[in-house]
Amino acid sequence: MTPESGEIRWQGAPIRSLAEEYSRSVTYIGHRIAVKEELSSLENLRISSGLTGTEITIAEAQEALARLGLAGRENLPARFLSEGQRRRSALARLLTCNTKLWLLDEVLASLDHAASTLIESIIGEHLNKGGIAIVATHQELHITAGSFQRLELAS
Amino acid sequence: MSAPSTLSMFRWIVARDLTLAWRRRADVLATLFFFVIVVSLFPLGIGPETQLLRSIAPGVVWVAALLASMLSLGRVFANDYQDGTLEQMLLTPQPLYLVVLGKVFAQWLVSEVPLVLIAPLIGVQFDLAPDTLRILFVSLLIGTPILSLIGSIGAALTLGLRGGGVLIALLILPLYIPVLIFGAGAVEASIDGMSPQANLYLLAAFLVVSLVFAPWATSAALRITLE
Repeated sequence: MTPESGEIRWQGAPIRSLAEEYSRSVTYIGHRIAVKEELSSLENLRISSGLTGTEITIAEAQEALARLGLAGRENLPARFLSEGQRRRSALARLLTCNTKLWLLDEVLASLDHAASTLIESIIGEHLNKGGIAIVATHQELHITAGSFQRLELAS
Repeated sequence: MSAPSTLSMFRWIVARDLTLAWRRRADVLATLFFFVIVVSLFPLGIGPETQLLRSIAPGVVWVAALLASMLSLGRVFANDYQDGTLEQMLLTPQPLYLVVLGKVFAQWLVSEVPLVLIAPLIGVQFDLAPDTLRILFVSLLIGTPILSLIGSIGAALTLGLRGGGVLIALLILPLYIPVLIFGAGAVEASIDGMSPQANLYLLAAFLVVSLVFAPWATSAALRITLE
């Protein structure tokens, strides 16, 4: 990630020089959600966690998926899930990741009202634990916890 | 930070790619059958002239192996690029070098090893002696990882381009030439009753060099593509 101008700093040091230490404290969930259609949500979650250095057990993964309303569908290949379910299975990683900084791009896209409220409360819990979340979104995000700052980017 | 986490990352990538390959078995089998059919067409086309068959065998098998590896290379990064997994891999705390090495290793296991295993069987069609079949097997065993490693550079460079499949062939096939020369050379030497050692050692040297430099070049190419 190279900014057009200026410098991105993490805890006082430029992220370029931190490299590993910085990526260890970030969870990024982007527009393309990195969910493999051939794998089940359980496998997707365990693998994406394993790749980012936090290995989780099947039970932990099931718990996270259950909280996001995917209980009973954990073993279904992701291609049989709806777009919203797929996004939720990607977002389950927020519950298992243990990182301080969350970078979320269009986090509420394709989610219904209940799921949106759930994600908002998950972000809220993260903030209450002293975490940071940077969320880019077109939808209204209702966060009550922590200190909350809104930047309106016109055009 | 620590070796275990780096190793476990490598393990995750290999395990993941193997699972994905298992779920998409058809793709893997297609590469293998392509190889078998291309090699089998030559004896059928030329007819039972054992002397001629024996002398073209090394070149034919090796060229077919190169072409078959081109078929599977396009997939190494393309799927992960499309669904955003590659982005995630770039953000992992582990060095990208290892990610690439893991993916290339998995690709080799899935697409090249079956081909190496079946090559001696196919070699029988060309009336090759058992000793020569063994050399064919060994030369492919050393040579195919080089194909995967060099090919991964091309796959990374052509990522996200339209018509990447043709471009990858134009980029990579010239780089395969040394592998072809020494791989086929080893088998030819064995047919002519000479020692294939020199060729095999050179092939092994190529393997070591590409093992060091190719993942590094591939990582650089991936960074350029994704930034």
